[in-house]
Amino acid sequence: MSSTLLRTAPVLRGALRAAGAGAIKPAAALASTSFVRGKATLPDLSYDYGALEPFISGKIMELHHKKHHQTYVAGLNSALDTIAEAESKGDHTKAATVAPLLNFHGGGHVNHSLFWENLAPASRDGGGEPSGSLKTAIDEDFGSFDTFRKQMNTALAGIQGSGWAWLVKDKQSGTLGLVTRANQDPVTGPYTPLLGIDAWEHAYYLQYENRKAEYFEAIWNVVNWNTVAARFEKN
Amino acid sequence: MAATTYSLPKLPYAYDALEPAISGQIMELHHSKHHQAYVANLNKALQSHVAATTAGDIATQIALQPVIRFNGGGHINHSLFWLNLAPTASAEANPDSARTLVAEIDKTWGSLDAFEKAFAAALLAIQGSGWGWLVREDGPARGLRIVTTKDQDPVVGGEVPVFGVDMWEHAYYLQYLNGKAAYVENIWKVINWKTAEERFLGNRDDAFKALRASI
Repeated sequence: MSSTLLRTAPVLRGALRAAGAGAIKPAAALASTSFVRGKATLPDLSYDYGALEPFISGKIMELHHKKHHQTYVAGLNSALDTIAEAESKGDHTKAATVAPLLNFHGGGHVNHSLFWENLAPASRDGGGEPSGSLKTAIDEDFGSFDTFRKQMNTALAGIQGSGWAWLVKDKQSGTLGLVTRANQDPVTGPYTPLLGIDAWEHAYYLQYENRKAEYFEAIWNVVNWNTVAARFEKN
Repeated sequence: MAATTYSLPKLPYAYDALEPAISGQIMELHHSKHHQAYVANLNKALQSHVAATTAGDIATQIALQPVIRFNGGGHINHSLFWLNLAPTASAEANPDSARTLVAEIDKTWGSLDAFEKAFAAALLAIQGSGWGWLVREDGPARGLRIVTTKDQDPVVGGEVPVFGVDMWEHAYYLQYLNGKAAYVENIWKVINWKTAEERFLGNRDDAFKALRASI
């Protein structure tokens, strides 16, 4: 189950290290996870904590990455260890009881890894509007970029509790759509996640407090459309 | 037919009265902004529901149910929460104010300390936003139980809510950041045991009387 979960998120491969097999390329290491499992590790950000200011404060980014994401990484590894141990004893019941923890922490790791990469400083790749085939697809499936943005913000505002909203691509039809997920449930099944926005309070509260609509407006200034376009074209 | 209009209940203490366990800034935002938003959105949804009922529009009535559950739950939960908190220095914050309840807790968990550990573990295991409650079960046994609920789902299944702890990040983040275990540790300093005892000895309607008072 661990390898299936990780394979759905190619972005994670760079964050994986096969135990005792440092020379193997991450992708090759993944292919051999049936016996040697790679530990999930916290991926580095490709920008400084303060680089998304003034839209997301450096303090939020630092806590979010170094504390929250790190906790999901640790929780995922702990859940995988528990499962491996239970499996080695043939205790499938015990392994099954860990499923909610695997989903929560594994989802938290996957979601945040995708999130960091689909953000960028406004002074570099962040903000603006998509171009090329992604722009065409957004226009076709939502009517316009502006309509898409409004619908995404409405979806974010409608989340009851903690969760995420995602721009996704339907693997079969190739069409774009919006989905929300509760807590850390990852986007799986028929959809490829292209752009995720974290609607947990820890993602904005220190800066925006209860005014979450302001955060949902501001974050568009730091969306990395190059990443979103690459995910769109690859899948 | 007119929809009932709910209003934000006043707190029986000042915003900074729960310091240092819960900061005044958190309390003010939590009460005047978050709780207020649940009240406003509940009233809006109930008005739409009455209009849809009058118009015989069953589809809209059903579509409004999750909105009523979320915002109505938010109003119920916070109304109960404010009253089951009290300033640390007050007599209410001392478990001696709840002799019957504490005796029942001892019977169920062995000691107050063991109960607090079990309750803390349940709070920290919540995935995402939610609440932890000590409830008195319905039925002849009237036993105590710890339950957690997600988002703003209220405890309305027949149990009596004795006290609740809000585990949404907005309840602690400005002060405790990601250190929610410290928030849970400190919440014990501001539990209103007098209110808890009254709810434990009373029935469900007694526990919800604060809501009826804020109509």
